[in-house]
Amino acid sequence: MAFDAAEAPVLVVDGLRTEFATGEGPPSVAVHDLSFTVRRGETLCIVGESGCGKSLTALSILRLLPRPYGRIGAGRVLLDGQDLAQISDAEMRAVRGRAISMIFQEPMSSLNPVLTIGRQIAETVMVHEQLDWSACMGRALEMLRQVRIPEPERRLQEYPHQLSGGMRQRVMIAMALVCRPRVLLADEPTTALDVTIQAQILDLVRDLQQETGTAVILITHDLGVVAEMAERVLVMYAGNKVEEGSVTEIFDAPTHPYTRGLMAAMPHLGGGQGHRGRLNEIPGVVPALHARPPGCSFAPRCPLVLDKCRVEAPPLLGVGGTHAAACWVTAGNA
Amino acid sequence: MSTTILGASLAEQPRRRASLLRRMRRYPLPTIGALLLILLVASALGAPWIATHDPFEMNVVDRLQPPNADYWFGTDAYGRDMFSRTLHGGRVSLVIGIAVAVASTIIGLVIGVIAGYFRLADAILMRIMDGLMAIPGILLAIALMSLTRASVWVVVVAITIPEIPRVVRLVRAVVLTVREQIYIEAATAIGTGFPRLMLKHILPNTLAPLIVQATYIAASAVLVESYLSFLGVGTPPEVPSWGNIIAEGRLYVQIAFWNILFPSVFLGLMVLSINILGDGLRDMLDPRLARRL
Amino acid sequence: MWSYAIRRILATIPVLCVVAIIVFLLLRLSPGDPAAIIAGDNATVDDIAMIRAQLGLDRPLLQQFVFWLGQLLSGDFGNSIYLARPVIGLIMERVEPTLALSVTTMAFAMLLAIPMGVLAAWRAGSWVDQTIMALSVLAFSVPVFLIGYGLVIGFSLTLDLLPVQGFVSLSDDPLQFLRHLVLPTIALGLVYSALLARITRATMLETLNEDFIRTARAKGLAEPRVLLLHALKNASVPIVTTIGTGLALLIGGVVVTESVFAIPGIGRLTIEAVLQRDYPVIQGVILVIAAVYVFVNLAIDLAYPLLDPRIRF
Repeated sequence: MAFDAAEAPVLVVDGLRTEFATGEGPPSVAVHDLSFTVRRGETLCIVGESGCGKSLTALSILRLLPRPYGRIGAGRVLLDGQDLAQISDAEMRAVRGRAISMIFQEPMSSLNPVLTIGRQIAETVMVHEQLDWSACMGRALEMLRQVRIPEPERRLQEYPHQLSGGMRQRVMIAMALVCRPRVLLADEPTTALDVTIQAQILDLVRDLQQETGTAVILITHDLGVVAEMAERVLVMYAGNKVEEGSVTEIFDAPTHPYTRGLMAAMPHLGGGQGHRGRLNEIPGVVPALHARPPGCSFAPRCPLVLDKCRVEAPPLLGVGGTHAAACWVTAGNA
Repeated sequence: MSTTILGASLAEQPRRRASLLRRMRRYPLPTIGALLLILLVASALGAPWIATHDPFEMNVVDRLQPPNADYWFGTDAYGRDMFSRTLHGGRVSLVIGIAVAVASTIIGLVIGVIAGYFRLADAILMRIMDGLMAIPGILLAIALMSLTRASVWVVVVAITIPEIPRVVRLVRAVVLTVREQIYIEAATAIGTGFPRLMLKHILPNTLAPLIVQATYIAASAVLVESYLSFLGVGTPPEVPSWGNIIAEGRLYVQIAFWNILFPSVFLGLMVLSINILGDGLRDMLDPRLARRL
Repeated sequence: MWSYAIRRILATIPVLCVVAIIVFLLLRLSPGDPAAIIAGDNATVDDIAMIRAQLGLDRPLLQQFVFWLGQLLSGDFGNSIYLARPVIGLIMERVEPTLALSVTTMAFAMLLAIPMGVLAAWRAGSWVDQTIMALSVLAFSVPVFLIGYGLVIGFSLTLDLLPVQGFVSLSDDPLQFLRHLVLPTIALGLVYSALLARITRATMLETLNEDFIRTARAKGLAEPRVLLLHALKNASVPIVTTIGTGLALLIGGVVVTESVFAIPGIGRLTIEAVLQRDYPVIQGVILVIAAVYVFVNLAIDLAYPLLDPRIRF
């Protein structure tokens, strides 16, 4: 199925700023002025190390930031033109699970251990589509078939601890897609799984996306997953978008030194000169939320750092096509 | 690296000095509890000097007077001054609270260490503790009280025995965890004797939860003493403990409610302040426990 | 599954045996001559000898115990010295008020404390949480008779809404039965609620941090459903356990409450027995209450798999 690229995007995130209150003083900024869009049927990958704000971006979209400290400080989250940052809590609940769904990294802890699989899927249908309980269970059964779970009738009555890790993630996907959402937020959906299961789960997500036209925002630190799934890629570092482009643009010509570092740290896919032993790691760690440097937040770890980088944060500049990067060094080269 | 460590320790200095004041402001409740407790303890200890009357002196003419300028808390059925009796009542509660907390903690510590360390003793001791826990504390105390002539020290024993199992369980749990840890094994290999082993490794680990537990036991003991006296099976009736004063006052509750109001409020405040202090100590000494309760 | 249940049931036997031994030894090991204490200050030598023979105190200790245990197992709890009637009959006569007060108190406490604990955990750190927690420390610290007499003065003596004291059997007059239970239930229930509210808050606080709560919210569930179905069901095991172990505290409170409200229950029977030094009655009450405690906690243990499917026997 092909989707029209000129069609209006399903989800527009515009200038999103996510903050955490810190008792006294100004709040820490976890996501800073982030903008992106996704279209129907498209897959956008958000890439970055842990702590870069990618999961908080997803939680901001659903307004599920940890209470009472986290909040959206500024920006808009437009779903079909409606700003989710402004609607009431009740309206937001109608969006969650129906228009926008989310799946999480740990399928074990993300499923309720004391409720049956069937009940957990069916209740999503029940709260969003006023159907009677047996109809909801029917939908749950149908969905379990769609995510290719063997013996779905029996699974309905089982509890999460009776399932394997891969099965649990299939259940999570079934739960997320049972109301045919417009957008699926997948936060590291395969990180906790075996490699062979990872591939099966990714295939499943792609197949279901083809059938339903759901836009997928896939959050990962694994560039292998990005290469396999993404149409467009957004690289985040310390709460900022540092690079954005199509998957071919990013992989063929990584521009920002951070993106290049990530690429160098990745074992080469199908490349002849596969790394032996240690991968090239980026030295240092992501700066803590309350200790972000002025200027470019990557400057302390950047091999190409200029004096200017430590003073002034670089803006996001186009480097050709849909490709853009936020870096003083590469801006000078372009 | 070394500069940051140095910097951190330098920054630590002024913070530690200000920490008591800051803590008091950050945890207003434990502070209020501690101040209240100090006040109550002072009033009980200072009762002979603060009291306006002899707590035993009867003025039949002035019986069942409501609170007034001479008798601040009114008088009881014998014309005794309630203010003086209430202050003196705190002395008994204080003695019993402290004695029970200390006794049950020490006995519980010894039994708990033995149970945690010796497998054979463990099975027997823990069955005994299970049995003791199955008997409601007040009932067991009542039964113990029925066996001998009442005195303050019999009350202490009667309240202490039912409190022991909880201390034993706590200590045993800590000992079991600690002895699994490698450093104990290492210490045994070197040939450290059992008593030294206990002093060096087990006591420091048990101390924080034990102090917290002892605080709660003190609060409970004060309350239980008043219940026993109220029921007529506690401290000898001639001793003006809060429970005894309330038990005497209950006959006149309709016409002289102050006879039970003041001692009850003092009793409640003392238990409350000890409990608040316990909560505060728990939060400060044992954050892991604080999360669980 | 059954092997665990059977082992758990068998495990109650040593506990009950220990209770029996404790109760047995209490009288025998007490300082002084128990027969003389029971007989009282004005007893003659003959009186004391008679009581000693009646209690079997003149025989060797082990023989006494075996004989006594045999009697217990055949359902014979001995006779009251004062009333010269079987102890078990005396207890059965007094069981209704105590049972009624325990049940209403438990129900009241659960209805009050669990919602309060859930609310406090949900809004942890807010003024709502702090108020609920402060009230629970207060309720836990205030003696039962202060609340009890406060309620009596307010609702009975001043407003004349409810009876001051006493008890009416359910079979005599259901309405009066309930009216007499209202004030004692509140007085005792507040103390017990404090305990339950604290444990509910603590477990809910842990549960609300779990990933599956975030999942439930991400599905678009409303907060009541998230809290009461997804979180509370997960938190139920520790809460139910506390209800069981808190039974000991509850029964202690019942004894005092019965005294405040002049309710002729087992607590009053015990106090009367102590004042008359009627030791067989005290023994009987302790044995019965301990057995109830052990069996209620056994039932709770066996019910765990219903609450949490991960717990398997």
